[in-house]
Amino acid sequence: MAITVSQKSIPYLKALVHLAALYPLLNLYYGAVTDQLGGDPVEAVIHFTGIGALNLVLISLLISPLAKRFKLSFLMRFRRMIGLYAFTYGLCHMLNFLFFEVQFDVRLFIQEVFERPYITVGMSAFLLLIALAVTSITKLRRKMKGRWQTLHNFTYLIALLAVIHFYWSVKSEIIEPLIYFAMYAALMGFRYKKLRGWKDKLFSR
Amino acid sequence: MIIKTTSVSECKEHTITDENVYHQRRELIKKMGFLGAASLLSSPASAGILDIFGEEKTPEALFTQNNLSYAAEKGGFAEELTPEAKITSHNNFYEFGVEKQQPAALSQSFKVDPWQLKISGEVENPLTLGYDDLYSSFDLEERIYRLRCVEAWSMVVPWIGFSLAELVKKAKPTSRAKYLAFETLYDPVQMPGQRSRRLGGGIDYPYVEGLRIDEAMNPLALMSVGLYGKTLPPQNGAPIRLVVPWKYGFKSIKSVVGIKFVEKKPPTTWNLLAANEYGFYANVNPAVDHPRWSQASERRITTGGIFAQNRIPTLPFNGYGEQVADLYSGMNLRKYY
Repeated sequence: MAITVSQKSIPYLKALVHLAALYPLLNLYYGAVTDQLGGDPVEAVIHFTGIGALNLVLISLLISPLAKRFKLSFLMRFRRMIGLYAFTYGLCHMLNFLFFEVQFDVRLFIQEVFERPYITVGMSAFLLLIALAVTSITKLRRKMKGRWQTLHNFTYLIALLAVIHFYWSVKSEIIEPLIYFAMYAALMGFRYKKLRGWKDKLFSR
Repeated sequence: MIIKTTSVSECKEHTITDENVYHQRRELIKKMGFLGAASLLSSPASAGILDIFGEEKTPEALFTQNNLSYAAEKGGFAEELTPEAKITSHNNFYEFGVEKQQPAALSQSFKVDPWQLKISGEVENPLTLGYDDLYSSFDLEERIYRLRCVEAWSMVVPWIGFSLAELVKKAKPTSRAKYLAFETLYDPVQMPGQRSRRLGGGIDYPYVEGLRIDEAMNPLALMSVGLYGKTLPPQNGAPIRLVVPWKYGFKSIKSVVGIKFVEKKPPTTWNLLAANEYGFYANVNPAVDHPRWSQASERRITTGGIFAQNRIPTLPFNGYGEQVADLYSGMNLRKYY
């Protein structure tokens, strides 16, 4: 049941994805600047961009299993874009914390990143995301050859760190984070063979 | 020559804002109150014009706030008030949902009349206050207090209520009464968070809180029945709630139905849930961090969007040290957080 998408329609589809990713973000900051996001706009922008980044990382992980299973190879052409939007949302999330939560108190920012395990975990995920975003440039990808795939397999770790960061940040309402753990487990389930291969390699040494 | 002294808990002149405007506004609100209530009553009729399915869609009667008569705060407080719209739309009241905007959205059909607040336990004069008694048994006064949430945000709220001490005196505690145990209404039909673990955040209900009796006798401890000149809206703990301004917000239990005088320290909800994060005392203390975030400073919610530069240092006992620090002399506040 392979669906093929004509070469011509790809740019339109890409424009649609750009719109779907950017519109909520612009809408969010418009509301935040004009004080229309309820009692605490700071909390609102931090949560929205954080959950957005996590959702986009998980969507990026869904693409290759979907493309393989249903022979939707055109989907692979959207993966980098979605990954880069995950990075964009993650960047906004981190900057929201720095600009609006701790309000440029750099000492407090650094202290929080190192002293609070859930922020340490979130920051680690973000630093890895930076590495992936930088190496998404075609030229670098070609230069890196096989190592590129090795580096980009860190997406699995990033997604796990992001889910832990979410789970750890809530006060008591753990059902939503648990749903994210389940989704992560399912996405890793699709990669069972690959992961088992790594495990065998690791233990045969 | 007049020498003006300012206590630490009061604020500096430069933070003063439009208090006159506030008082004028309150007058206006008082005058408009009945008009507002009247227009709410008439709205179902006008909605009917577009409502093809008639009865099926008739909304439940919305909660109405009544005007209160009270002694206004006498100009002592100089920090900018948090706007009423923010106080009533940004709430931690898990009985109506864990997200900040959920309590305002999910509580508007909450019924508070009839109400029973039962005062029992180690007292000579056990009593039950009905809905009307909440407003008539004690002289109501306005108290403008800082509210510091354990999540490191804060507000300034013009509460209306009476001293908890008055209630304690009326109940006449026996010599065995060492603590007060408070309890929120348990009514899963009305409180969706008590029905659903997802909405209610996995807390065991009813929500319970406690104070030492000397804390309860401190003149700052308030039983609040209103804010901004009107009775409390449901999301802020209607019809009656505790306000303990020198402690983190979760101590200020909402929609109270029971106050029991007891000999032993009573269990408290957040302490039961995570004892390493939330203590019985929960005094605001910038020197003792929450395990997952700093308590040294806070974001004051007033007006303005995300660019409002509102991070301010947190004060010991939320700035009420002069009035309450004595209660804890000789106690290690790192141990008794």
